[in-house]
Amino acid sequence: MKEIVIISGKGGTGKTSITASYAVLGGKNVVVADCDVDAADMHLLMQPSFARQEDFYSGELAVIDQDKCTQCGHCANVCRYSAIPIIDGEYIVDALSCEGCGYCARICPTEAITNIDLMVGKWYVSTVKTGGVMVHAKLGVGADNSGKLVAKVKNESKQIATATNKEYIIVDGSPGIGCPVVSSISGANFVVLVTEPSVSGLHDLKRVYELVKKFKIKAGCIINKADINNEVSGEIEKFLKIENIAHISSLPYDETFTEAMTEGKTIVEYDKSKLYNSIVESWEKVQLLANK
Amino acid sequence: MNIAIASGKGGTGKTTLSTNLAMLLAESQKVVLSDLDVEEPNSGLFINADLVHEENKFKMIPEWIEDNCSLCGICQDVCNFHAVIQLGTKIMVFPQLCHSCYACSELCPREVLPMIPKKMGVLKHFNSGNLSFIESRLDIGEEQAVPLIAQTIQYVKEKFTNNIIKIYDAPPGTSCPVIEATKDADFVMLVTEPTPFGLHDLKLAVETMRELKKDFGVVVNRYGIGNDDVLKYCTTEAIPVLAKIPNDRRIAELYSSGKLIYNQHPEVRKHLESIKDHILKINRSSIQ
Repeated sequence: MKEIVIISGKGGTGKTSITASYAVLGGKNVVVADCDVDAADMHLLMQPSFARQEDFYSGELAVIDQDKCTQCGHCANVCRYSAIPIIDGEYIVDALSCEGCGYCARICPTEAITNIDLMVGKWYVSTVKTGGVMVHAKLGVGADNSGKLVAKVKNESKQIATATNKEYIIVDGSPGIGCPVVSSISGANFVVLVTEPSVSGLHDLKRVYELVKKFKIKAGCIINKADINNEVSGEIEKFLKIENIAHISSLPYDETFTEAMTEGKTIVEYDKSKLYNSIVESWEKVQLLANK
Repeated sequence: MNIAIASGKGGTGKTTLSTNLAMLLAESQKVVLSDLDVEEPNSGLFINADLVHEENKFKMIPEWIEDNCSLCGICQDVCNFHAVIQLGTKIMVFPQLCHSCYACSELCPREVLPMIPKKMGVLKHFNSGNLSFIESRLDIGEEQAVPLIAQTIQYVKEKFTNNIIKIYDAPPGTSCPVIEATKDADFVMLVTEPTPFGLHDLKLAVETMRELKKDFGVVVNRYGIGNDDVLKYCTTEAIPVLAKIPNDRRIAELYSSGKLIYNQHPEVRKHLESIKDHILKINRSSIQ
């Protein structure tokens, strides 16, 4: 079983459209994991069944019992996140600023502070329209710990893939280089970098590849919207050569991506012409590279 | 006044709007643009300005002093993030997991875990005419964007007076970095595109802004693709739509080569002008 992770650094380069196409091409042979838990969109294309739903608890929140509180202010003094303002003479925890470190509860002389476990999201196991399995999640609004929810989605996918002898786990990652991305790529066999030929696309590709290098994972790259700027496309190709990143394919700027999405379909279901062939070809290459 | 430009979905045009709006405003007044997408900061690729100041940014983490440690284990017990772990006769600190709460350091009876600064990124300050541009970039491998975002906002607050308009280019998503980047904003602009992904993530962003009790409006980018669902949603929810920026391959081409569009594309400029008017109106009412 091989784990293939699709990331991009920059948002909006076409990660999810491409991942969902691979999920359809892989059919029953793959488990798909939507690890962009912050803004999970893949379910819009995959018709998931939401067969299994679980709450996800992670982190804590301080709560002050006003009956026990003597307003000594020690809690506010030790809090590094300015999360315990005094409002109308009462110390109140600001839930969005509290990081759940528990320091205040430990030093409160009247034991007025307790930490409660936080439900920060939900995760689901679904069968999708291809008959394959998808593990996905929804992070609560403004929640912390997206990296941990990503790890949960990945672990669950791994267990299912192992138990049912699947060939691949296909992971849709989030933009950026921070904790959810680190969680997405750790343990992966192959990383697909989806970029676009813009100065931002190249800049973000370089940064996210620095991160991939730290994990010593093999990578390949898809240049999406390649003809929007041939010069920058050329620069990206040069970068790929220097870094020894496989150039999987270049896809044209094509509004079929949006049209397919609007119909709730993946590109390979919506379009049977040139774009279809390019994506099928790229999926075959990705499988070869992941097994190398 | 603080304006944050955010979006649930990535790649909808936050940076395009932030940079072009800032430059348009700078034609007539002082303005600060600050890139808070510290994981992937892109605004600087579009802004031509002189570097006037640069500083490393640090987060505080504990450092173990072996000599005087009694291995009592309190540090490990008080760390909710598993960033301090006792392994045999050693105390290990995992900086990536540390949230700088100081509990281990200050509750250590022998004071053998002093907090020391660890570099997490770099802040740069540029000037060009009326525009001041501040960007921070997170070092690769650092996982937590929030402390760097907080310190960047702090820098802007200290350097510039309240009455100057400040535009913050926020990271994508709806989780902790976005909260940090928008929580001090007087007004938030949510940039979206009229597609199912755009609408789905816009709804999450709207939920987030309502939770934060923020005043906000929507800018629809690439108007003309997809369908009308985003506009219908905004009507139903009574969310003001500040502008509908047309889908135009030429805009994508200018963007791709690092060029600004406010002075290249009359139609886009018209839309930016109306957003500007909206901001100035909010600014006037916030001063009163």
